Amino acid sequence: MLLEVKNLTTEFKLKRGIVKAVDDISFTIDKGEILAIVGESGSGKSVTSLSIMGLLQNPGRVTGGQILYKSQDLNKLSRKEQQKLRGNQISMIFQEPMTSLNPVWRIKDQIMESIMLHMKLSKKEALARTIEMLETVGIPSAAQRANDYPHQMSGGMRQRVMTAMALACEPELLIADEPTTALDVTIQAQILELLYRMREKFHMAVMLITHDLGVVSEAADRVIVMYCGKIMEEADVRSLFNHPLHPYTIGLLKSIPQIDNDSDEPLYMIKGMVPNPLNMPKGCPFSDRCEQSMERCTQEMPQLREIDGHKVRCFLYDAKEGGSGKQ
Amino acid sequence: MLRYIIKRLLMLIPVLLGVSIIVFLIMRVFSPDPAPIVLGQHATQQAADAWRQVNGLNDPIYLQYYHYLKGALTGDLGTSYYTKLPVVKEIMSRFPATIELAFVAIILASFFGIVIGVISAVKKNSIFDNAGMFIALIGVSMPIFWLGILLIILFSGALHWLPSNGRINPLLAPAHITGFFLIDSLIAGNMDSFFDALKHIILPASALAMYSMAIITRMTRSSMLDTLQQDFIRTARAKGVPEGKVIRKHALRNGLIPIVTVIGLQLGSLLGGAVLTETVFSWPGIGAYTVECILKSDFPVVQGVVLLVATIYVLMNLIVDVIYAFLDPRIKYSKKEV
Repeated sequence: MLLEVKNLTTEFKLKRGIVKAVDDISFTIDKGEILAIVGESGSGKSVTSLSIMGLLQNPGRVTGGQILYKSQDLNKLSRKEQQKLRGNQISMIFQEPMTSLNPVWRIKDQIMESIMLHMKLSKKEALARTIEMLETVGIPSAAQRANDYPHQMSGGMRQRVMTAMALACEPELLIADEPTTALDVTIQAQILELLYRMREKFHMAVMLITHDLGVVSEAADRVIVMYCGKIMEEADVRSLFNHPLHPYTIGLLKSIPQIDNDSDEPLYMIKGMVPNPLNMPKGCPFSDRCEQSMERCTQEMPQLREIDGHKVRCFLYDAKEGGSGKQ
Repeated sequence: MLRYIIKRLLMLIPVLLGVSIIVFLIMRVFSPDPAPIVLGQHATQQAADAWRQVNGLNDPIYLQYYHYLKGALTGDLGTSYYTKLPVVKEIMSRFPATIELAFVAIILASFFGIVIGVISAVKKNSIFDNAGMFIALIGVSMPIFWLGILLIILFSGALHWLPSNGRINPLLAPAHITGFFLIDSLIAGNMDSFFDALKHIILPASALAMYSMAIITRMTRSSMLDTLQQDFIRTARAKGVPEGKVIRKHALRNGLIPIVTVIGLQLGSLLGGAVLTETVFSWPGIGAYTVECILKSDFPVVQGVVLLVATIYVLMNLIVDVIYAFLDPRIKYSKKEV
């Protein structure tokens, strides 16, 4: 097991109250695995990744649980030890390729910085590695483009540069936070293909954060569905798409437009809105939007149950207890 | 880039023409007649008329301006009514003192301004931030002459650490090479006079620096706060770059553009002469001298100084624009941009 997140809770202390952006979540990532975390904006998926990276900004703080990377608790490491891991063993690609690169540095310098920091190579070796990485991620005439500044490149090219930068030190875990959201569809496919290829090449695990179920079905091995900071469902990708259990997941899958659907029916949508994080429903956070909501749902929080390797947090499955019980 | 600089330098010509016309008119319309001031109040009407005739003040104003412009184009800005020395010479004997003071002040102001501003931004809302902003508030609100007097009372009067007036002990004055005592004494290898000049400049430069430092501090803080929120700072941290390096190498370089603008404009105004500071510290610079000449209606000197200051201002702006291009590769001044 490469990464094990145990009961992670991350809170933001605001003037109007405390927001639990991530609420007691646990999951694992194995070596070489692609784990997708899906959820809408505000579901806590990005905060989860920033918590793992140790990049939370005030007022965000990890207030509970453990993040074990190769069995060492990342939160217990000193700042220096964290910096040694970051960009080296665990690295990250962000959503906004347009703004995530430093506008006044040549891209080669931005990639070399990471290489020289972690791999202790000379400047010349680092440059050679940089160009090699740029070639690997598919940047044509890499040696020349290495001298470019970010503003001289397109969004897709910049995301390739970000990827090259993240992979330069051959990390064992790559966290990709919506790496394709800001790109147009053809470029999206190229970047996903690239991530897939890189996984094969470097045998790294990928934690893919997205709200795009299409991306998930193409790329992931296992999927976690998050809602309001909680894990609602977790399953391998085939099981999730073929037999979704949670009403929220079912709703999400139903709201994907089908290209072969000729009926005139309007596209399905989940009614209502994500609850205000400062004013959460007492029971299940999805209860006020759920079509199968019961009296109990508004009063109690269901536990995450495992049914044949498929985890779900919903009272609908309480009767059919077949798995190993509570989380 | 070169074409851009030449273009900007050519634009200096209309600016100087406009400035010279305005100052020429203002002096002649609003200033008292210089003749009685130069000749003394008991001078006869005939003597005053004769003096005006000699100095061309009886001509129609456009003719006066024409003669002035003709002279100016050949580098002759006229002579002072009082000393009878060429204006260029008058200015040049005082301007190095002003430049020296302005540069020492802007170096102090930039150094402390940027350091305090960066610390305030990085430790936002901490005690350091509050202390820094308090210093900045004092800096912008405290009148320079008062600060100058306080400094003199403390460091010169009470502690006897530093001299309170002048540029240097006259016995130690270095031979004139550049006119900058700090540089001239170094060239001459005379460390005694170097340190004496340094001692003399510390108090006036500090008093003068205070206001600029406060402005630079505030600009640095707000610019850094903005830059530190940017996505690429998060990227740098995600690479495992140590925080100190993130701030110095990633954030500061990006936050520097507005800071450089402020420093350039501050230096421009400091070079125009710091009247109050020069007066309080008896600093033989251009500022106090100009005020004196305005009061005495010494037209040629005032015109010359104003032209000089306008030129400096335009050049400072140009220099700031050129620095932009070095700081930020997205800024290009040539048409060859891809």
